[in-house]
Amino acid sequence: MDSIRDSSDPTDRRLLDEFQRGFPLIPRPFAELAARLGSTPADILDRLRRLTAAGAVARVGAAFRPHRVGASTLAAMAVPPGDMVRIAALVGGFEEVNHNYEREHRLNLWFVVTAADGARVRAVLAEIEAATGLPVLDLPLERGYHLDLGFPLWT
Amino acid sequence: MDVNGASVAERVRPAGPPGDNDRLLRRLRDGLPLVARPFLAIGQAIGQSEAGVIAAIRDLVETGAASRFGIIVDHAALGFTANAMVVWDVPDERVDAVGAALGGRRGVSLCYRRPRRPPVWPYNLFTMIHGRNRDEVRALVEELADGCGLAGLPRELLFTVRRFKQTAPCYGRDGRE
Repeated sequence: MDSIRDSSDPTDRRLLDEFQRGFPLIPRPFAELAARLGSTPADILDRLRRLTAAGAVARVGAAFRPHRVGASTLAAMAVPPGDMVRIAALVGGFEEVNHNYEREHRLNLWFVVTAADGARVRAVLAEIEAATGLPVLDLPLERGYHLDLGFPLWT
Repeated sequence: MDVNGASVAERVRPAGPPGDNDRLLRRLRDGLPLVARPFLAIGQAIGQSEAGVIAAIRDLVETGAASRFGIIVDHAALGFTANAMVVWDVPDERVDAVGAALGGRRGVSLCYRRPRRPPVWPYNLFTMIHGRNRDEVRALVEELADGCGLAGLPRELLFTVRRFKQTAPCYGRDGRE
């Protein structure tokens, strides 16, 4: 993995930096990548196999946008530090909670609630407040400027 | 992994007609097969033409159902192990311009506006910033503040401590992306 982290191979870097979006949707896409990177299709496929095996590449595919179906919100709580594991388990026990992180702040537990509609999201937040005895901050998305579009790693 | 911050979990599988499109989406979960003609290979697996698969994927991107199609990297495996949700209090009349400027900058995976909840929560602009260590994240935040007109505005860095749960959204049916 260190060889990946510290990869100074310029073709690896360009492959990972330049094709996080705008992958060519043509019959022989890897040949197009090879042409742009001054390589061969077989070499590009070998690199992708190696980078995938090393864990650096999750897949070549689509990232889907939020809010296409259902409703969701980002929620936060101030959990007494000694109680974090118990509270986090309570929160994570809700099947509508699909993302649950501890962060360094007075508001130290952050989670996403997703459900079929907004009423169900609000109901789940109320259930979480009841189960934990802690108030929940409800921060629904108002506008996305940049949602998982990838970002340059080296440049 | 917290690569995409809290909001990646808000992403869902796109709505669409069941049938061919569902089968294509299920295929795409694992990514393109690493062969010379990957769209042909997918088409053969689900009974569609190569051109039909390409058109369907193009449609996903053009309709906005997919935010992108490309190489999905695992930032942690590449050494990006530090990340923070960085929140800013940006005047309402400037927040859209600043948000647009932040997207696509180095280390920024997400940028979005959420409501303030005074007095407990004064911040309206949320970003996820990734670096190889905390100092790099702090340096990126300074760089963004200077480069995007955010210098001097109230902000906080909420470094990620640990992940308790990250699963695909559940809508009462198979909602895995």
